[in-house]
Amino acid sequence: MVERALPEAAVMATPLAEPAIARRRFAGLLAVFREPRVVFAGGFLLVLLLAAIFAPLVAPHDPLEQDLMLNTLPPAWSADAEPGYVLGTDSLGRDVLSRLIYGTRVAFTVAIVAALAAGLIGTLLGLLSGYFGGWVDAVVSRLIDIWMAFPPVLLSILLVAVIGTGVTSVILAIVVIDWTRFCRVVRSETLQQAKMEYVDAAVTLGTGRGKILLKEVLPNVLPVVVVLLSLEMGIAVIVEAVLSFVGLSVSSDTPTWGGMIAEGRQIIYQAWWVLVFPLVLLTATVLAFNQLGDGVRRLTDPVLRR
Amino acid sequence: MRKLPLAFLPWRSLLLALVTLFGVAVISFVLLRVVPGDPIAMMIAPGASQADIAQLRASYGLDRSIPVQFVIWLGHALTGDFGTSISMRQDVTHLIAERLPATIELTLLALLIALVLGIGTAVLSTLSRRRLVGGTIDNANGILLAVPDFVWALAFVVLFGVALPILPISGRVDPRLSIDFATPFTLFESLLRLRLDITFDVLSHMIMPALALALPLAAVILRVLKGALEVEARQDYALLARIRGKSRLRVTLEETLRNALIPTLALTGVQFTFLFGGTVIVERIFAYPGIGNLAIDAVINRDLPLIQGLILTFGLIFILINLAVEASFGLLNPRLRHG
Repeated sequence: MVERALPEAAVMATPLAEPAIARRRFAGLLAVFREPRVVFAGGFLLVLLLAAIFAPLVAPHDPLEQDLMLNTLPPAWSADAEPGYVLGTDSLGRDVLSRLIYGTRVAFTVAIVAALAAGLIGTLLGLLSGYFGGWVDAVVSRLIDIWMAFPPVLLSILLVAVIGTGVTSVILAIVVIDWTRFCRVVRSETLQQAKMEYVDAAVTLGTGRGKILLKEVLPNVLPVVVVLLSLEMGIAVIVEAVLSFVGLSVSSDTPTWGGMIAEGRQIIYQAWWVLVFPLVLLTATVLAFNQLGDGVRRLTDPVLRR
Repeated sequence: MRKLPLAFLPWRSLLLALVTLFGVAVISFVLLRVVPGDPIAMMIAPGASQADIAQLRASYGLDRSIPVQFVIWLGHALTGDFGTSISMRQDVTHLIAERLPATIELTLLALLIALVLGIGTAVLSTLSRRRLVGGTIDNANGILLAVPDFVWALAFVVLFGVALPILPISGRVDPRLSIDFATPFTLFESLLRLRLDITFDVLSHMIMPALALALPLAAVILRVLKGALEVEARQDYALLARIRGKSRLRVTLEETLRNALIPTLALTGVQFTFLFGGTVIVERIFAYPGIGNLAIDAVINRDLPLIQGLILTFGLIFILINLAVEASFGLLNPRLRHG
């Protein structure tokens, strides 16, 4: 009796749950405004993204335009500042503010492309491994073990040494190293979700396994992936800055935050602003990605929401 | 007789570690051989004859297939010969041996700072009954967790090197100090010889990079230990000790801290390998003469023998750290001893 009653109850439960979930999702959308982290961090990142896209319109100067007569000008609030150069100039007389704005382009390109690619690969493998188990899981788990044995720094040195420098290499290095972050979490989350009653219900209804994975399990795993994506973008911004700081990212004629910091480090005693402004912007960006991820986690985690 | 102290050592892990190290060697060797460019062409001195080149090529086995090359390379490597650095024209083993002590001293100092800061703050925050203190520490730690060593290092350069110039921002020791030490472990040896002027100078160079490396680790230790202490404080034995009239401070120090440290230690081990990896960039920022700085030079100059040697050095260190963590579990957790 019990055996027969259970699936029936599950089938009954599905249509009833539908509007409830929809209502909760709508409430979730409104709740974004109750979580100040998401609003402030998201707003800040949106401004940066717009600045990156419309850099030629926003930047007051050409970021590559050199004027040795105007080198190492201090920021606008100093006594001997030159009007028009709000954040001063570097040792070649290039406008710091314009270089910051153009540097946002590389930072956000790397952050978005690398995080999405790592997230896509990691999530896909994590879903398959967690849901199907068996040899798929065995292969993926072993792969993760091997990856964990290679410390990230070692791997990135090796990768940059092998594939050379450039934005593509930086993105590739981040994806190759960090897909496991997504894969580990998504796999364990999928394992948990696969044991849930709604999956049993879908099986009882005769839904195919692939469809269950995409239509039932994936939406429930997605919030975790979104949180990880946000954190990964922060990591990617740092990795790009570090690699361009040591000269292993893009060529030196493209403005990057890391490259500016490296120049600033060399003339730190003459012009502190060349280092400080990109450093502050970099830190703020990383913190914003972090707070955004944290805020989304708080919004989507039913335990924390209470 | 059964309880030989050697039984504490994780022999199985040791074997696994050797397999991992071998794997690292194989993968890095194969990957670095795929790189375009002839290592011999960069190795030879100008004016070398064709016969010299052929001889050098044969001595490194570069005229054979990659598996054979690997066996030859492994044979050299096992005797401590990693070839000659292309960019510095020096023995790779010698170059690494010369710089490794500086990195070891730096990371150990950073680990010490991280443990003191992390454990100290966790205990303080557990003891304070006010939610405000705990909440403030949690929020500050959330930010601390997100800020990487790279940013700390540069912020310290600006703050204590330029704005308030009290610390040197590059190097390891003032070149004006004459040092005739027997080992490259300048900090340790100056302490042993009681040359405190040198100790002070080396520490003034090391404190900023060490702190930059330590802060992210301290944040992780704080978070994990604070959580573990909260869990332990709710256990029966801790409540019993409280009922017996022990103060919160004594219960924490004498009862719960020891148990809470076990999960913390596990994580500290993994995080310490990240800290070691962080030396690559932090040493660069402070022009500190360690193997991290050397690694960046090696990659910039595409110095393959040096890169290969450094990768194995880093791999070996990471494996040793993991083994040390596992061995210390047995000492901390009595249940594991009788496995």
